[in-house]
Amino acid sequence: MSPRAAWRLEALGFEQVYDYVAGETDWAAAGLPVEGTVTKVPTIGNLVHADVPTCRRDEPLADVVERTSKGGWNTCVVTNEHGIVLGRLFRKELESGATGTAESVMRAGPSTYRPNVDVLQMTTHMTERKLETALLTTSDGRLLGLVRRAEIAAAAAEIGGHDHHDH
Amino acid sequence: MPRQIARHEVQALLEQGAQVVDVLPVDEYETLHLPGAVSIPLKELTEKSVGGLRRDRPVIVYCFDFL
Repeated sequence: MSPRAAWRLEALGFEQVYDYVAGETDWAAAGLPVEGTVTKVPTIGNLVHADVPTCRRDEPLADVVERTSKGGWNTCVVTNEHGIVLGRLFRKELESGATGTAESVMRAGPSTYRPNVDVLQMTTHMTERKLETALLTTSDGRLLGLVRRAEIAAAAAEIGGHDHHDH
Repeated sequence: MPRQIARHEVQALLEQGAQVVDVLPVDEYETLHLPGAVSIPLKELTEKSVGGLRRDRPVIVYCFDFL
């Protein structure tokens, strides 16, 4: 639709017409602000824990374990210098007692979610997949943080029965 | 000729005061639109409806999805 609109505007005398083809979907998935009634349905981006610990892939596992447990966490996200998610260490890996680097035991390429997913959809999804927690990233793969199913389900329960408009 | 642009270019243009037009139906605009976008549905893009926009300034249109 927007290509036709762009040409139409040009025909109407506009000199600098730009067409953002990826559009709203791309914009919202990047975690950028939007306006409209949709903002009244809570998204999982509102419930993100941005303080989830991170480590580099070449970091000794022992150091990661120490830092992670100090903060009271039992998971750690392996990221690169750009904040891009490379892998994840769960409790099992952290408590494995393995020597070596984070990379040697990490689970590579974990599933990640965009912050604009609403809490109703995410509750269903996490329940079906038996996920207790999930990582949020921008569409570019940059870590935003971690969400917990219990918190998302609680937010979903508050708006239960809401007539959801799927945007 | 209209130029296709990516998100970072949209952000740069917005900082320069570009105008944004949402050409989707009004109800979809009301549900979700980019910050500061004005609603002019495609069917209503006429000489009159664009009267409030500056022709000598950048104007961005966007899609809802890729369908």
